[in-house]
Amino acid sequence: MKTVEFREALREAMNEEMRRDESVFLIGEEVAEYNGAYKVSKGMLAEFGAKRVIDTPIAELGFAGIAVGAASNGLRPIVEFMTFNFSLVAIDQVINSAAKMLSMSGGQYSVPIVFRGPTASAGMLSSQHSQAFENWYANTPGLKVVVPSTPYDAKGLLKAAIRDNDPVIFMESEQMYGDKGEIPEGEYILPIGVADIKRAGTDVTIATFGKITKVALKAAEELEKEGISVEVVDLRTVRPIDYKTIIESVKKTNRLVVVEEAWPLASISSEIAYMVQKEAFDYLDAPVRRVTTADVPLPYAPTLIEASLPNVPKVVKAVKDVMYK
Amino acid sequence: MAKVAEKVEKKLKFTKEQYLTWYESMLLMRKFEEKTGQLYVQQKIKGFCHLYIGQEAIVAGTVSATKKGDKHITAYRDHAHPIALGLHPKYVMAEMYAKITGCSKGKGGSMHIFSKEHGFVGGHGIVGGQIPLGAGIAFAEKYNGTDNVCVCSMGDGAVRQGALHEAFNMAMTWKLPVIFVIENNNYAMGTSVERTSNVHDLWKLGLAYDMPAKPVDGMTAEAVHEAMEEAVARARRGEGPTLLEMKTYRYKGHSMSDAQTYRTKDEVKEYQAQDPIEKVLATLQKNKWIDDAGIEAIEAKVKALVDESVQFAEESPFPDPEELYHDVYMQKDYPYIIE
Ligand SMILES: Cc1ncc(C[n+]2csc(CCOP(=O)(O)OP(=O)(O)O)c2C)c(N)n1
Ligand SMILES: [Mg+2]
Repeated sequence: MKTVEFREALREAMNEEMRRDESVFLIGEEVAEYNGAYKVSKGMLAEFGAKRVIDTPIAELGFAGIAVGAASNGLRPIVEFMTFNFSLVAIDQVINSAAKMLSMSGGQYSVPIVFRGPTASAGMLSSQHSQAFENWYANTPGLKVVVPSTPYDAKGLLKAAIRDNDPVIFMESEQMYGDKGEIPEGEYILPIGVADIKRAGTDVTIATFGKITKVALKAAEELEKEGISVEVVDLRTVRPIDYKTIIESVKKTNRLVVVEEAWPLASISSEIAYMVQKEAFDYLDAPVRRVTTADVPLPYAPTLIEASLPNVPKVVKAVKDVMYK
Repeated sequence: MAKVAEKVEKKLKFTKEQYLTWYESMLLMRKFEEKTGQLYVQQKIKGFCHLYIGQEAIVAGTVSATKKGDKHITAYRDHAHPIALGLHPKYVMAEMYAKITGCSKGKGGSMHIFSKEHGFVGGHGIVGGQIPLGAGIAFAEKYNGTDNVCVCSMGDGAVRQGALHEAFNMAMTWKLPVIFVIENNNYAMGTSVERTSNVHDLWKLGLAYDMPAKPVDGMTAEAVHEAMEEAVARARRGEGPTLLEMKTYRYKGHSMSDAQTYRTKDEVKEYQAQDPIEKVLATLQKNKWIDDAGIEAIEAKVKALVDESVQFAEESPFPDPEELYHDVYMQKDYPYIIE
């Protein structure tokens, strides 16, 4: 094993896949000469050259569409969005082209493409730079949506995403790029659509994904001190969702809290709550609770951010609530 | 007499065979779509349905100026392109009938005709969405070092989309082998070109990107072919995109539900008087390359193809319900949420 930063894990995945397959290339703003806005693609231009590591103008709609067209014609693009906030000007090409081409052509044209970049809040950036759209993309059939929480998961899942023959949305976080974690020396791949139990427990299940998994794990540590044993299920993928792992955990703990860094309405947490009440109604000893970002555009002031985002005290409280403590 | 004909042939750039091919191909598009219109009225065909009638010279001249391996992409007015490229029309008809034997297995309908075998990448329903896609298809050809090009067609309404500017800019910067074709039929639904911008010469949109661009008589197969040939050669030489504004006209309404209050009957007649198929036929007749028996033979062949297409569509089954979960993902065991 070796210790790497999250951004290095992503870079290793891209480098390995680009060495392995000539049809894989990286395209986006500042990915080449600037070495990536968050230095994820550092050194890649030097290794692969300008043909395969491609700087674009600031034109998300255009380069997303060009990449989808290239994918339909046999290439395997990795598209970097500087953040997923900016993917909104490209969302037509993601939803209407990438996710639909296979179906509307009756299976003739597949779109093997990865759209990756950071999602959700990253400090005092105010409302336009702090949004979590995992549920927006997860809503769309034809896409897969991966949201890793550790360097180990990031590398294995990004390699799987690049090799996947369907369009994959791969969501990271500015606040995770510097996180360190252990990964194997050699190559490995993790399957898309399989959750991971990040911490085993017996009293309450927390289902979560992405950056906010760290908050759930910290809350679990705190709660352990008070004698409450929390199982943390990291979904890793929000389309498809590994319902089986969540439901099995709930059947054991009989209590569920969902922690998510998106707004509450029509979110991944609503979906999980629905599925758990449907599949495990008789096992629940308390209503499902959730901790999400507040139902407002994220403001700039630290006090307001504190009030908006999921954090350890809020998760601790939700867990105690479902324990009736 | 034979000598005179020979002389004429020398003066013409195109051969008798070329004219015969154009004539037969355009007549097939025309007759196929006239039938489509009738079947729509009978509600055999549903959904949105847009006819290409009047605009046939554009695809005819494009297909004759491109080769196998080249790719083609357009919007929802997409029946003529794949047929001209060689897709048997029965697969288009079956698709409009929503039958499993359709080119898109009944999942696309009139607006989403595709034929990978013929390099036809659809059939796209979001106005302007196909413009970056076409540039991307060309990107892949360049990346792979082929000499194939992509012909990317759009309407006069589509050129007002922002996607055009982003795609034009990158296509020029990266010298992608793409030919952007504006099928300017003067209307986007009921809105004339004049009402959508201060710039009415649409080819000029290329100038902002230093893209070679020009207007073309889109009612004449020869003119389309020549402009396309030049643009394709430029793209194959690695010199990048060209913008061709094909001046054309659609005789029918925007879609099958269009009262056409935005234009006069006289305007329609004016364009019908310079019908692209009639023009090709006139050249064939003037040069005595076709006689009445020849015309009848082509008409009979086209009619048989159209009849065969309708029969094939009529007799084919609708998709089975289990088709619902096919072709959404390449992954065969994708875990759909099934309530
Ligand atoms: C983004 C988008 N906006 C609106 C529509 C509805 N719509 C379909 S066709 C059309 C007119 C397009 O006209 P034009 O580009 O000139 O093509 P033509 O129909 O004349 O071939 C409109 C507004 C659409 N399909 N997509
Ligand atoms: Mg038009």
